[in-house]
Amino acid sequence: MIRAVGKPLEEVIGMVQDYPRILVAGCDGCVTVCEAGGLKEVKVLAAALRLYFTQQGEPKQIDETSLTRQCDKEYLAQLGDRIDGYDAVLSLACGCGVQFLADMYTTKPVYPGVDTTFLGVTEERGVYTERCQACGRCILADTGGVCPIARCSKRMLNGPCGGSDKGKCEVNPEMPCGWQLIYERLKALGQLDRFEQPITPKDWTTSRDGGVRKIVREDLRV
Amino acid sequence: MRLQYPTDIRIIQVPCTGKVDIIHLLTAFEEGADGVFVAGCLEGDCHFLEGNLHAKKRVQRVKEILDKVGLGVGRLEMYNLSAGMGPRFAEIAREMDQRIRELGPSPIRKAKASLPKAETEMRV
Repeated sequence: MIRAVGKPLEEVIGMVQDYPRILVAGCDGCVTVCEAGGLKEVKVLAAALRLYFTQQGEPKQIDETSLTRQCDKEYLAQLGDRIDGYDAVLSLACGCGVQFLADMYTTKPVYPGVDTTFLGVTEERGVYTERCQACGRCILADTGGVCPIARCSKRMLNGPCGGSDKGKCEVNPEMPCGWQLIYERLKALGQLDRFEQPITPKDWTTSRDGGVRKIVREDLRV
Repeated sequence: MRLQYPTDIRIIQVPCTGKVDIIHLLTAFEEGADGVFVAGCLEGDCHFLEGNLHAKKRVQRVKEILDKVGLGVGRLEMYNLSAGMGPRFAEIAREMDQRIRELGPSPIRKAKASLPKAETEMRV
């Protein structure tokens, strides 16, 4: 899932300080799971903003809501009858949600309340790690289910590099070497012979090198 | 024991301090509380194992928020004491009362008092 972290309060205050009526809009999807932008985080941020502006002697109308998802138009449309009552929207959705909200309500300033960080997993509550970079052509079948694009700092397709030390990456001694993980996994699977077949150069046009990506599923369109 | 402690403290009972959430503490300040203290069990003695440790982290987070919004960290504190430590509770109540008196009334309550009611409404 998409992982995000809340922006520093000072940055959020700087973005919305000129607007008297602000709607803080959360998203019940990924950002709720990583506790960065769901209804609870909306309530906390809205309360903090109200405290700040009241304390400053500039009280604002800061209301709270959360949509099922901000990356689907039908849920964004639920704001249609109330959005005119606000001067700005502070969206706690990921970057996709913020942009889609801005697309739908073109004359309404929309600001991001979180920093969208990566596609990752929950190691434990409050600890999330990156697992996928959405490169558009999955090679996990060749690498024992460990992604060298997301988990090797250099995105090497045939690693490890010379910087791996005791299974850790030279970029950060706390970070496991992705290729060490691949080696251990292939060893456990009895598939170390895969190392004898180098991975061929990757077609990066399915990643960001090919520009803005789009999926069209004719079988699903209505 | 009939111990004396300041009469301006309102006690809100929860089954465990682990139930106390960030939003509860922030709402208390929004409603105009001059200060809040969370009284949890002694560390290591939580009936629910870690409730008071969770509360400790949440109190710390709210302190950071209060500092950033300009209320300062002094108006919120967490204490650990057992249900059998009545004199200590009264002592903490007096200590917190004294601290808040030195800090003065909540600036939020003062700011709200000077505004028309409609401007201070919260909508959800």
